[in-house]
Amino acid sequence: MTAFATDLVPEIRPARGLPGWALPVATLAVAYLAVPLLATNYLFEAILLPFLALSLAGVGLNILTGYAGQVSLGSAAFMAVGAYAAYNVHLRVEGLPLIGSIVAAGLSAAAIGLAFGLPSLRLKGFYLAVSTLAAQFFVQWALTKFSWFSNDSASGVIDAPPLQIAGFAVDGPVGRYLFALTVVAVLTFLSHRLVISQTGRNFIAVRDNETAARIIGVPVLKTKLLAFAVSSFIIGIAGVLWAFAYLRTVEPAGFNLDRSFQILFIVIIGGLATIRGAFFGAALIVVFPLVLSRFGSLVLGDVFDSGVLDMSQRIVLGALIILFLVLEPDGLAALSDRLRRRIATGLRRG
Amino acid sequence: MDGFDGLFFLEVLAGGLLSGVMYALVAIGFVLIYKTSGVLNFAQGAMLLFAALTFVSLTERGLSFPLAFAITFSIMVALGIAIERTVLRPLTNRPPITLFMATLGLSYVIEGAAQLIWGTQVHGLDLGIEDVPFDVGGVFISQFDLFAAAVAATLVAVLSVFFRYTRIGLGFRAVADDPFAALAVGLRLPFIWATVWAAAGLVALVAGLLWGARVGVQFSLSLVVLKALPVLVLGGFDSIPGAIVGGLLIGAAEKLAEVYLGDYVGGGIESWFAYVLALVVLLVRPSGLFGQKRVERV
Repeated sequence: MTAFATDLVPEIRPARGLPGWALPVATLAVAYLAVPLLATNYLFEAILLPFLALSLAGVGLNILTGYAGQVSLGSAAFMAVGAYAAYNVHLRVEGLPLIGSIVAAGLSAAAIGLAFGLPSLRLKGFYLAVSTLAAQFFVQWALTKFSWFSNDSASGVIDAPPLQIAGFAVDGPVGRYLFALTVVAVLTFLSHRLVISQTGRNFIAVRDNETAARIIGVPVLKTKLLAFAVSSFIIGIAGVLWAFAYLRTVEPAGFNLDRSFQILFIVIIGGLATIRGAFFGAALIVVFPLVLSRFGSLVLGDVFDSGVLDMSQRIVLGALIILFLVLEPDGLAALSDRLRRRIATGLRRG
Repeated sequence: MDGFDGLFFLEVLAGGLLSGVMYALVAIGFVLIYKTSGVLNFAQGAMLLFAALTFVSLTERGLSFPLAFAITFSIMVALGIAIERTVLRPLTNRPPITLFMATLGLSYVIEGAAQLIWGTQVHGLDLGIEDVPFDVGGVFISQFDLFAAAVAATLVAVLSVFFRYTRIGLGFRAVADDPFAALAVGLRLPFIWATVWAAAGLVALVAGLLWGARVGVQFSLSLVVLKALPVLVLGGFDSIPGAIVGGLLIGAAEKLAEVYLGDYVGGGIESWFAYVLALVVLLVRPSGLFGQKRVERV
């Protein structure tokens, strides 16, 4: 079964004369140096922090769905596991640094992901996609039902502890932004290394043709489980960023099926099997509703109440998904590649 | 617990089986489309909501039951044709998972449109069937549930006659068997797809009315897909009998589990129990109870 028809393109196609790492490094430099000076609080709280958390979740899901070809509809559950695990580890283990809680959260999410990845050994395609919904509903139920997870707070709501790294308090939007940015940068770099390694090739082999992969000696079962574990690890840490850096107060209901779909949409719109696609997709998903609401109130004024806005957002988002699938199946990443090549050719001619 | 109450057990079982019929009703809509176009149509729940909302809004504006039904049905047919034109046709020959994601997008569009047009308030829906429990040898059974079961049985009978004896129905089966061979003998694929989506629209309308009468016509109606999915997994995506048996199994097991096991884990297990049950069955039979086993080519 060929799940996805995307080619095995090189991850980064640099413009002529520039080494492959130039663009990511330049982006990081801007993100670390220029953004904290220029951005306003609103930009951090409403756009940059959710963007970073969702991008990371997108990177995680892309490893599972884009590279290894296993569709998951339960990403929000793994985010929830990460967030609640980090909260509990931080609460119950004295003196553990923040990094420790984050890694523990990732490992917990990976363990849960491994458990719910077991059906992938026997199920394929839609049967697997539906069975990942079991994770979605079970985790949400467990976190609401057993108040131990939320330290006996009402209806499972948790408040993030004050963030501290090596004795420095990280609070305020800028601090949380830099903290999230660092986590995302490190994990994105590791993901990039993973997908261009032998393991990454194994993922792609399993996605494109399982039987053929088995024949050439790829350990299919191990590869699938590894994809589930790695993907859940990353999504779990994205959940920590969502809860600790972005919202600060979360409840299990915030990690619902709509969130899972949102992450899936990020991956589709951004482009399957590309790391940078997740960032494009997340940017669109985060910015788009804000633009639409501004635009709506500007054009239609008071007619555009919040109910109408909600509904039109749903319609436009759905239409956008269909449009992308029809016109640009390889997503924004492919679009940006084409654009860059066109500019490069234009420059050489001019 | 003071001994095992056989009568109570039977009552729970009967209630579960009858609510299973309601799940099966939703699942049949999925099966129709999966059989002929290989798409898991996530938008089925949205179509159900759309149909029920349209029907209720029409009757609230004073239209009679048959007229509102006819108008809603023609709107669902138009919707089916529109979906074929705008979504399915441009995506022909794409991998099934792409089509699935397109139906996810579609469900957002239909849900949004339904509520943008008809508003978000909850509508009551009265089908004129009293919901009085009546006594069958000491076991109380809801009259409405029995009515729903009868409707479902009729629908399945009509669909099987349609599939077996009409020209279009045979065309459906040909397309389900082998789309290329069907094309080669001159069947018009776009027409057949549009018809299938219209048929799914009819199933959505019937299911939407029954569910709407039960829980009220509102946004949460589109969430019944989440109840139908484990039924499909259990019964196999391409089998109508599978959808029925799966629905009955899930309905009964869910109610029994909630009543007899729920107390031990704190209740509210209905949200995930069906999925776990389906998973356990799948680990033994990967293509469901009735699904066709796919032959894999290298």
